[in-house]
Amino acid sequence: MHYFNVLIVDDEEDFLETIIKRLNKRQVDASGARSGEEALELLKEKTFDVVILDIKMPGGMDGIEALREIKKIQPLAEVILLTGHASVETSIEGMKLGAFDYLLKPIKLDDLLNKIAQAIEKKDTHDNKVRSAQIKKLLRYW
Amino acid sequence: MYSLLYKNLQRKIIIITLVVSFAPLIILAVTMYYQFAKTCKDKTEEQILYRAIAQAESVDMFLKERIAILSSIADTHGFNEMVDEDNLSHIFNVINSRAGAFVDLGVIDTVGVHRAYVGPYNLKGLNYYDQPWFAEVMSKGVFLSHVYMGFRKLPHFIIAVRRNENRKSWILRATIDPEVLEGIVQQAQIGRTGDAYLVNKDGIYQTNPRFKGLILSQSDLDTSLFGGRVTVVELENNQGRKLLYAGSWLKSNKWLLIINQEPAEQMASLFAVRNVQITIVVFGFLVIIMTTIFTTHLAVSRLQESEATMQELNAQLVQSDKMAAIGKMAAGVAHEINNPLNVILQKTGWMEDLLEEEDIKESKNFEEFQTSVQKIEEHVERARKVVHNMLGFARKMEPHLEDVDINDTINQTVTILENYARTNNIEIQTDLSGKLPIIASDQAKLQQVFLNLLTNAIDAIGKDGLIEIKSRRLDSRICISIKDDGPGIPAEKQKNVFDPFFTTKEVGQGTGLGLSVSYNIIEKMGGTIRLKSQAGKGTTFTVEVPVVAPERK
Repeated sequence: MHYFNVLIVDDEEDFLETIIKRLNKRQVDASGARSGEEALELLKEKTFDVVILDIKMPGGMDGIEALREIKKIQPLAEVILLTGHASVETSIEGMKLGAFDYLLKPIKLDDLLNKIAQAIEKKDTHDNKVRSAQIKKLLRYW
Repeated sequence: MYSLLYKNLQRKIIIITLVVSFAPLIILAVTMYYQFAKTCKDKTEEQILYRAIAQAESVDMFLKERIAILSSIADTHGFNEMVDEDNLSHIFNVINSRAGAFVDLGVIDTVGVHRAYVGPYNLKGLNYYDQPWFAEVMSKGVFLSHVYMGFRKLPHFIIAVRRNENRKSWILRATIDPEVLEGIVQQAQIGRTGDAYLVNKDGIYQTNPRFKGLILSQSDLDTSLFGGRVTVVELENNQGRKLLYAGSWLKSNKWLLIINQEPAEQMASLFAVRNVQITIVVFGFLVIIMTTIFTTHLAVSRLQESEATMQELNAQLVQSDKMAAIGKMAAGVAHEINNPLNVILQKTGWMEDLLEEEDIKESKNFEEFQTSVQKIEEHVERARKVVHNMLGFARKMEPHLEDVDINDTINQTVTILENYARTNNIEIQTDLSGKLPIIASDQAKLQQVFLNLLTNAIDAIGKDGLIEIKSRRLDSRICISIKDDGPGIPAEKQKNVFDPFFTTKEVGQGTGLGLSVSYNIIEKMGGTIRLKSQAGKGTTFTVEVPVVAPERK
């Protein structure tokens, strides 16, 4: 697996801090954001392969809104939703807006790593397609 | 409490209805009775009045005839002729044989001397000059006396007429038998109580009354009450009974003809009518009372029935409201609990990660740390399950329809639990109807319900027992019953069994969500779960789901 980076968006600071430490320990380049707004700022500066987004955050921007903005800034970033309650409707809405999948809290690190791996795999396939399409396009105009 | 309320209501309705229906009936009956009584009385009065007039006319006619006879004799015969007693006797015989009622006949000369006399008494030679009637007949020409005793000591009355002959006046005088007069008057005595008699202006009887009193005695009648020609009055007699009196003055205005009668006698027809009326009213009362009681009873029992239905519906409504509210709360609580659980899980995970590092592994309490961290993770997992169950309860049931064979679903569920049951020496018997249709439903949810009910049954029995599962089709529903021979559920706990978090199992053994989740699932399918249980006699849960035909593919 090649290098990839992950952005985790959650208002729960203890969770954020710990999960980043644990991912880093496993050689995953992970950064954190405490709110939707902060995440968007980061995304404007830097490309992320995977964004892990808590759907329900108190105050400010909610998860679904943040998802919409993320997809505007970085359409190719894969988003995994985290939800504190099994609101299937919200999750389905999120998937329709282009999220990769969702996980129920409390999450096990192994599950999260699996999902990240799947997301990277999908992204790679997609990237490859994009790349070959670009090559074809270049070839045609050549 | 409720039955008392209904009894009061019933009593009120009955009383009001009875009062409202009786009042007009009574008013009508009383009014009619008095109207009829008045008519009856008027008629009686009228009758007695006409009889008095007619009878007075007869008496008048009789008296007028006697006066006419005497006048014609006096006018056609000379004094000398009349003084001859043979002649007088002849005339007396002729008029008595033709007209009758004359007792005697006499001729009185101008100075009041009785010159000739025919009759049973020896009155010849008596001088009447000082008698008041003599002066009256001399001046007026005709005289009719009251009844009096006179010389003969017998009640009688006289008629006297004057004849002017050659400037000299003489008088023809006759005594009238009062019994003849009485006979005429008494023709008007009618019925058992009717009386008829004559009185003079002073109220002295001129004829014998039928009952108390004698001729010439004083009656207790106040003649001034009778004015005009004819009058009807109602008076109480000395026995306290009411009598109707009709008084008609004779044309001579001397005598008053009285006819009296007890109105009651005339009113026999009225009493007959009254009896008929009373019978009808009493009969009407009975019919009204019976009908009122019957219809009120019917209405109130209908009301009671519908109230019971309402209460049942209300209970169901309250139950589903409760479920909805708790669902919302569960979703909120789940979120609030899952977040800290999430943090705990990550923190323990981090601790685990750190425990892997070399130097800590050397620590003498390393194993203790590891077990503790594992235990924390285990219990986070347990808490997670509780919350997820709660969410299963909160989650809206997605309409996920597939072809479901209920019997298959039951059999699968039984298979899952068979081993568990067998180790506890519990037998599961199934009696499944072969006629169940395939329905469109959610197999996984139904299985969850059956699993919950069966697990509960097994847990209720504990060890050694029997569970019977039946499936039947009832019209448009499929009915599945699961019966155990466990200890049963006491009546006071039965209403709570479908409430979330209500459990009779030991702490840690059950979440108290199984039945409420099941209730929710079945309710959303349009079915019902009911419970029948008696302490000591086991419990039967009955699930009814509607038959929904699967779509044709």
